[in-house]
Amino acid sequence: MEAYIYDAVRTPRGKGKPDGSLYNVKAVNLLKTVYSAIRDRNDLDTSLIEDSIIGCVTQHGEQSGDIAKTAALAAGYSDSIAGVTLNRFCGSGLEAVNQAAAYVMSGQVSMILAGGVESMSRHPMGSDGMGLFSDPDILSRRKLVPQGISADLIATLDGYSREDLDQFAVASHQRAARAWENGWFNQSVIPVKDHNDNVILAQDETIRANTTVESLAKLRPSFEIMGTKAGFDSVAVQAYPEVETVGHFHHAGNSSGIVDGASLILIGNKEAGEQAGLKPRARFRSFAVIGTEPTIMLVGPGPASAKALKRAGMKASDIDLFEVNEAFAVVPMRFMTDLNVPHDKVNVNGGAIAMGHPLGATGAILIGTMLDELERRDLNTALATLCIGGGMGIATIIERV
Amino acid sequence: MIDYQIRNSVAILSFNMEGYPMNVINQASIEALDKCLNQALQDEAVKGIIITSSRPEFVAGGDLKMIYDLHDHAKVVALTMELHTILRKMETGGKPVVAAINGTCLGGGYEVTLAAHYRICINHPKVEIGLPEVTLGLLPGGGGTQRLPRMIGFQAALLPLLEGRRYNPEQAAKLGMVDKLVNSKEELEAEAMNWIQQVGRFTQPWDEKSFHLPGGEVNGPEGMFAFSSGAGVVREKTMGNYPAPLAILNCVYEGCQQTFDRALQIEAGYFADVVVSPEAKNMIRTLFFNMNKAKGGVARPKGVEVPVVKKVGILGAGMMGAGIAYVSALSGIETVLKDVSLEGAEKGKDYSRNILQKKIERGSSTQAKADAILDRIHPTADPADMAGCDLVVEAVFEDRGLKARVTQESEAVMPDHAVFASNTSTLPITGLAEASKRPERFIGLHFFSPVDKMQLVEVIMGKQSDDYALAMCIDYIKQIRKVPIVVNDSRGFFTSRIFKTFVIEGMEMLAEGIKPALIENASKMAGMPVGALAVTDEVSLSLMDHIQTQTEKDGIAVEENARKVTQIMVHEQGRVGKKAGKGFYEYPEGGQKHLWKGLSEHFPVAASQPSAAEVSKRLLHIQALESVRCLEEGVLRSVEDADIGSILGWGFPPYTGGVLSYIDFVGVDWFVDECDDFADRFGERYRPTDKLREMAANGQGFYGPVKSKEKVV
Repeated sequence: MEAYIYDAVRTPRGKGKPDGSLYNVKAVNLLKTVYSAIRDRNDLDTSLIEDSIIGCVTQHGEQSGDIAKTAALAAGYSDSIAGVTLNRFCGSGLEAVNQAAAYVMSGQVSMILAGGVESMSRHPMGSDGMGLFSDPDILSRRKLVPQGISADLIATLDGYSREDLDQFAVASHQRAARAWENGWFNQSVIPVKDHNDNVILAQDETIRANTTVESLAKLRPSFEIMGTKAGFDSVAVQAYPEVETVGHFHHAGNSSGIVDGASLILIGNKEAGEQAGLKPRARFRSFAVIGTEPTIMLVGPGPASAKALKRAGMKASDIDLFEVNEAFAVVPMRFMTDLNVPHDKVNVNGGAIAMGHPLGATGAILIGTMLDELERRDLNTALATLCIGGGMGIATIIERV
Repeated sequence: MIDYQIRNSVAILSFNMEGYPMNVINQASIEALDKCLNQALQDEAVKGIIITSSRPEFVAGGDLKMIYDLHDHAKVVALTMELHTILRKMETGGKPVVAAINGTCLGGGYEVTLAAHYRICINHPKVEIGLPEVTLGLLPGGGGTQRLPRMIGFQAALLPLLEGRRYNPEQAAKLGMVDKLVNSKEELEAEAMNWIQQVGRFTQPWDEKSFHLPGGEVNGPEGMFAFSSGAGVVREKTMGNYPAPLAILNCVYEGCQQTFDRALQIEAGYFADVVVSPEAKNMIRTLFFNMNKAKGGVARPKGVEVPVVKKVGILGAGMMGAGIAYVSALSGIETVLKDVSLEGAEKGKDYSRNILQKKIERGSSTQAKADAILDRIHPTADPADMAGCDLVVEAVFEDRGLKARVTQESEAVMPDHAVFASNTSTLPITGLAEASKRPERFIGLHFFSPVDKMQLVEVIMGKQSDDYALAMCIDYIKQIRKVPIVVNDSRGFFTSRIFKTFVIEGMEMLAEGIKPALIENASKMAGMPVGALAVTDEVSLSLMDHIQTQTEKDGIAVEENARKVTQIMVHEQGRVGKKAGKGFYEYPEGGQKHLWKGLSEHFPVAASQPSAAEVSKRLLHIQALESVRCLEEGVLRSVEDADIGSILGWGFPPYTGGVLSYIDFVGVDWFVDECDDFADRFGERYRPTDKLREMAANGQGFYGPVKSKEKVV
C-alpha cells in the first residue's frame, strides 16, 4: 500500500538559549502550534487520525513522558488519537516519519501524524543524563568521542581546511536568507503565538545573511579543549591511527545552531485522504537506517542514502533535491563526495548551520522543506538524510504525485 | 597482630603485626580486627573505639603477596566481602570510631580509616596518605571507591583514586581525606578521646536516609562532565592497556548510583577483575617484588667486604657528569667534579644549583639544605684531586683515546681500594679496561639521562671486573637511591642494544611504506612512551648513522632498510634530529612538532597498510626477542634484570611486566608463532631462537609454566 504526504508544517526556529524568542514557550506548546495548524488549515476531523509519532531527544522535565499524546490533548484533538514518543537521537524526527509511513504502507493505520519537537533552551542537551554519552565503560571501550571531535576527525581524514568548511557555512546562511526573502518557506512555517495571541516568532531567528568567511574566521574552534584536555583527540586517533593528530576546524559558525522548534507531517493512505477531502502531495519511495563505526559516528548519511536508493531501485542522479542535515559542515560535504552529488542540489534553501537543528524535530522539517521546494521548482524526487549519534544514519526518499 | 587496650572507657585497637616488615591488611589482620571490634562493641563499658598503630607506620597497604597469589575470581569476591562485612560492622556498630593516623597510611590501611567516623592525622611531612593501588594495576577494593566519593564527592575523589598519588597530611586534609591534623602523638590520642567524648552523631552520612552525594549527582551535569571526560582521559592515558583505571571509573559511576551495600558488591566484582588480571600480576611482580629485591641489592656478591663510598670523583662535567655529581652530593657523598677547566667544572655544578633553586622555590627544600649539598660538590680541573676518592666515575666524551687517558691519570693518584667506573653507553668495557693497570677494578656504570630523574643504573661487568668492584658499585647505587641491574659486557650492553631494536624497527617500517603516523600511534598504543620515529629524532639520526657505520666497520651486517633511511635522512637531506630542529619531524618554533611532509616523497606510502595491532606487536616483539638473545648469550644475568631494566631504562610498557615477562604475557607459543610469521614477511631478525621454541613446546615461560592459549583460527 502507498503512503502519501498530505501536509507538512513547522514552527520557525528560535535561538535555543534563555535569550531566544521561544524560551518562554513550553515544548508541548511548540507541538500544539503544529498540531493545531494541521487540523485547522486542512479542516480536519481529528477522529480520522489514529496515532501520532513524535521524535524528541532530550526527554526531560515537561518535555518527557510521551509528549506526542500530551500535545494531542493540549491541541484538543479527538480522544481517539494515540501518541508515541521516540528517540533515535538526531534521526528521531525522520524516524517518526518513516515509522508512520511504514504503518500506513503495512495497512495497519490509515492516517497518522509524524514529526518532532525540541526545546533546547528549556531542556539543554544532556539534561536527560545522555546515557550512552556518560557511561564511562562504553565510552572508553568503544572509543566514543563527543560529536564535534568526530566531525573534526572526518574533516582531518578528508583533508578539508577550515576555510572549506566556513565557505559551506556561508552558503547555508545565504541560501536560507534568500529563501526567506522570497517567501519560499511561507507555506510551511506557522508563527508561534503567546498566551495573548500575539506572534512571538514568525521567522527563523539565527540566520545571518551578512556572514562571510572572514567573519567566521574570528571564531575559535569549539572542540579543541575537549580534544586535548579530556583525552578525546587521543581516543579518536586510537580508532584512526593513520591520523597523526585531529585538527580542530568546527566552531559555532560552521556547526548546527542550538534552537527550539517543532514539526509535523500528515501521512495517510489514499482512501483516508479522500475521506478527509485532501489531495496527496507526495508518496514515500523508500527509507533506510544503518549503523557505522562509532568513533567517527557522523558518516551515516552516505551509506544510509545508498541503501534507500538501492531499495527504491534508483541512482543518486535520479534524485532532484537533497536535504542533508548540517549537524556540522563536514557532514553534507562528506555526503556530496560519497554520492557524487553537486552542491547545487543539496540544501538549496540552507540548513541547520543557518537555521538551527532542533534535534528531534529536524528530520520532519527536512521532509517539509524539500517537498515545498520540489513543488516550487516543479521537480519530482527528493532525499532527506541525517547523521546520528552513536554511529547511525537515516534516509528517506519521496516523490511527488 | 592488633594490641587491644581500654583507657577512659575507650577501646584502643593498635595494629602491631609482628613478623611482618610493615603493618598490612591481609587475612590475619582482618581476622584480628574483627575479633577486637567484636570485643569492643560487645563490652558495654566501652563508649568508643580508636583505631591506630603501635608502629611507626599506621598501615602500609594491602598484603601484595596475598593479592599476587589470588587467581580465583569468586574467591577474591568472597574475601573482599568478608572485609566489607567487618568494616560495615565497625561503621554501623553504634559506637563512635575514630582513626588516629600516627604514620603512613596507604591503600587498604587508608580504606580502614574511611570506615571510621572521623580521621585525625599527625602532621608530619614524611607521613604518606593515599590510595596507590592503581599504580600496581589494582583498585582500592576495601570500599575506597565508594566511601571516598561519598565523603568528598566524586569529582574530588576521582583524582586520588585514578592517579594513586601519595599525599602529605596537609595535602590530604585540604582534599578532605582526613578531618583534623595534630602535631604530636600525645595530641593524637587526646584529640581522639576528645572527639569520642563530644561526638553527638556517629552514623556515616551514607547510612542516613537523606544522604546526597556532596558535589553533584552522577546523572546530573557534574556527572556527565566527570564521567565522559574521565572516560576520555582514562582511554588516553591507558590506550586500553591497563584495566584498573577504567574499573575504578566504573566502580564510582555505578556504585554512586546504588545503595551503599550494593555498591560494595559492585566494587568487589571489579576488584576481583583486576586482582586476577595478568596486567596486575605483571606490575606487582616487577614493580614491587623484583624492584624491591633489586633495590635491596640482590645482585651484590655475598660476603665481599668493601669500604663505604664517602668520596666520589666524577670526570667530565657535561650533562651526565653533572647529574651524577648531583645525585651523589644529594646522598651525602663528597663529590669531586672534574673537567678540563675549572670553569667547565663550575658550569657542571650549576646543574645542581639550578635543580636546588627550583626545589627551594617549590618549597620542597631550604636554602640551608641546598647549601649543604652544594658544599659537597668540589669543582676542579686537576686530575690529582682524584686522590682520596673511593670511586671514580668517568663521563667524558665517547672517545677511546680520551677515556684511556683519564683512566690512567686517575689511577695514578687513586687509592688502592678505589674502583674506576666508566659511564659509557656504547663502548665495550673490556676494551676500555685495557687502558687500566687494574682491570679487575674497572667496571661500567651506565646512568640514564636526566640522572636526577631516571632511577636505573646498568652495571656492566667487563671480562675482568671482579666481585669487589661490583659490590662497591651496588652499595653506591643503593646509597644514591637508584635501582641497579647487572649485565655482562657486549656491544650496547643490554639497555642500549634492545632500545636500538625499537628505533631500527621504526625506520624499517618507514622504508617498507608504512604510514609514519601509523608507526608513531601504534608505538604509543603498544604502551611505549614516545613513537619510534620521534624517539629516533631525540637520540638523533646522526647517532644511529654513526652506530651503523661503526658496526659495518666491525664487519657486522646492518639492516638494509634502516641503513637506507639514515642514508637519505642524514646524508642526502641533512635532517639529523630534534637538536637540529629537523628530522622525521619538523619542530616549528613555538609550535607543536609534526611529521615532516617530505617523508612520503622519500619513503612512498604503500597502498596496503597493516593494522595498528600488527605494528604494535612488531615493535614490542622485536625488543623481547632481542632480549631473549641477550639472556641466551649471557649478556643478561637474570630475567628480573631484563624486566626492571626495560621499564626503568627506556619505558617498555609496565603492564607487560617488562620485556621478557611480555613473552609470558603474550604466551610463549603465540609469541614464537607470530615471530616466525614476522620473520617470513619482514626478515630473519624476527626468527625465534631454538631455546625459545623448546620453551613454547614445553609450556615453559620465564616465570614458570605458561598455559598454552587456544588459537583462534
